[in-house]
Amino acid sequence: MNIEYIKEKRKGEIADIISRYPADRKKSALLPLLHIAQEENGWLPVDAMDEVADILDIKPIEVYEVASFYTMFHLKPIGKYVLEVCRTGPCCNVGAEELIHYLEDKLGVAVGETTADGLFTIKPVECLAACGTGPVLQIGPEYHYHENLTREKLDQLIDELRRAN
Amino acid sequence: MGKKILLEHINVPGINTLEVYRKMGGYESVRKAVNEMTPDAIVEEVKKSGLRGRGGAGFPTGMKWSFLDKSTDKPRYLVCNADESEPGTFKDRYLMQRIPHALIEGMITSSYALGARTSYIYVRGEMMPVIRILEKAIKEAYAAGLLGKNILGSSYSLDLYVQPGGGAYICGEETALLESLEGKRGNPRNKPPFPAVWGLYGCPTVVNNVETIADIPWIVNHGGDAYAAIGVGKSTGTKLISACGNINKPGVYEIELGITVEDFIYSDEYCGGIANGRELKAVVAGGSSVPILPKNLILTTANNEKRLMTYESLSDGGFATGTMLGSGGFIVFDEQQCIVRNLWNFSRFYHHESCGQCSPCREGTGWMEKVLHRIEYGHGKMEDIDLLVSIAKNIEGKTICPLGEAAAWPVASAIRHFRAEFEAHVQNPDSCCKKHLHRELVHSH
Repeated sequence: MNIEYIKEKRKGEIADIISRYPADRKKSALLPLLHIAQEENGWLPVDAMDEVADILDIKPIEVYEVASFYTMFHLKPIGKYVLEVCRTGPCCNVGAEELIHYLEDKLGVAVGETTADGLFTIKPVECLAACGTGPVLQIGPEYHYHENLTREKLDQLIDELRRAN
Repeated sequence: MGKKILLEHINVPGINTLEVYRKMGGYESVRKAVNEMTPDAIVEEVKKSGLRGRGGAGFPTGMKWSFLDKSTDKPRYLVCNADESEPGTFKDRYLMQRIPHALIEGMITSSYALGARTSYIYVRGEMMPVIRILEKAIKEAYAAGLLGKNILGSSYSLDLYVQPGGGAYICGEETALLESLEGKRGNPRNKPPFPAVWGLYGCPTVVNNVETIADIPWIVNHGGDAYAAIGVGKSTGTKLISACGNINKPGVYEIELGITVEDFIYSDEYCGGIANGRELKAVVAGGSSVPILPKNLILTTANNEKRLMTYESLSDGGFATGTMLGSGGFIVFDEQQCIVRNLWNFSRFYHHESCGQCSPCREGTGWMEKVLHRIEYGHGKMEDIDLLVSIAKNIEGKTICPLGEAAAWPVASAIRHFRAEFEAHVQNPDSCCKKHLHRELVHSH
């Protein structure tokens, strides 16, 4: 292990999380720690997962099999801003599908792809429990919800994020 | 206006803070529980209340609590299921976001009743903003002596933690949730043993939905009989219904169980009628997993009685002509909605969310999605319709957890009630969904 992702940097937080479970059940901290590692690095390279395994005294495979099961964890490099637009039924019935296509055209990439400048990835996501205020998208690592989305709101959001860089 | 138990103070400014929440009577149930009531007395009140699990299954909460194995000296756990992910359902997120202390108060009082010393709220990972709200509220509760050692000076101590998920619908199934909380893949466990005997870390555990837990303080404060006096028959109390789709007023409504479906859809107090002056076509009444019903059957039962918003009335007629109250995720479709396209979308969802453990679900959900996709995109054959029915039948009841049924029921019911629409798609693909055919929503897994 050459780079340390979270061990020192988020030391206090990690200790606090591990203290939430019985001493022999440290593995329960796995999902929270993977979120922290992803927050630090944007995605989860193998050595970041190995570091989590080391912290929790579990085998690396126990981390890989979990990280690959849950949809929030990115196992490959990904855009700085991951635009996760809900594509489930209720959102599609109020225009989510058209907005996803609009976003694809606007950014010049398809769902699942990253823009050439590395800023944006469009990622489809399933129901975000905001069906009454759809269409909806969220952006990690804060996962703030943008509800009642329109083309205008999307334009504004993308402009703001571009300006911030 | 019906009785409000959960949302009475939803619009009070600052109700998300401990100070205002307490001013409105919040945390009274904790004081009453730890000072005046034995844990068993609380369990008795919950049994009397008739409260049923609000996550979707509708199992009597008091009975679930009474199954908790007290014969061992292992620790007991209360775990709150805040993994709300059933399409059409957004009541728990709303409640946690707006009144986080309602859940925390319920967790403390319920943990006391169950003898738990450590409890967890498992929140789906996508709801990070809600997790931050809950953590802040928990911190406030600790500072006020409502959590931690010797709660309000009593001998009862409790630690309460929020656990983030990682993005997986299946973790709403209680044993998958426990696996996930143990740091594993969310593969549901074989039952029995049930969590009441073998739950978190192999210890006796109760898993309850957010809304269920948030109902407990009112029951402790006012008594089980008072709660049971609200509602109709075995559908006691109030229920949060999250209404969405083609209605004038989408949102979360607290209803007294027993109002008519017609009233819920058309009255201004609730959905406010169908949007854009259109006609009602169909309703999925309890989250995407429950059978879809056409207008005539959602408004009245097969016996021509007005359909009520209760567990019993919505399931009247079984699956031939009825559905389920489920999670209260109420999705309304107007006359312009295409049933085939909506079903394809839901089938894609279940395929995406199948954990892959059981072959009928892993293979069947993918197969149904594929067949529905070809019908929707104009390459279907007539025999595909019965093929779908057959696949659904071969998933149902043949899997470890209910995701199999959740995937099968929408397909079976959509074809039962809207077969002509599927036939029309096969015979004339241009007739309905033409606008979608030129460009596909990418459905990568």
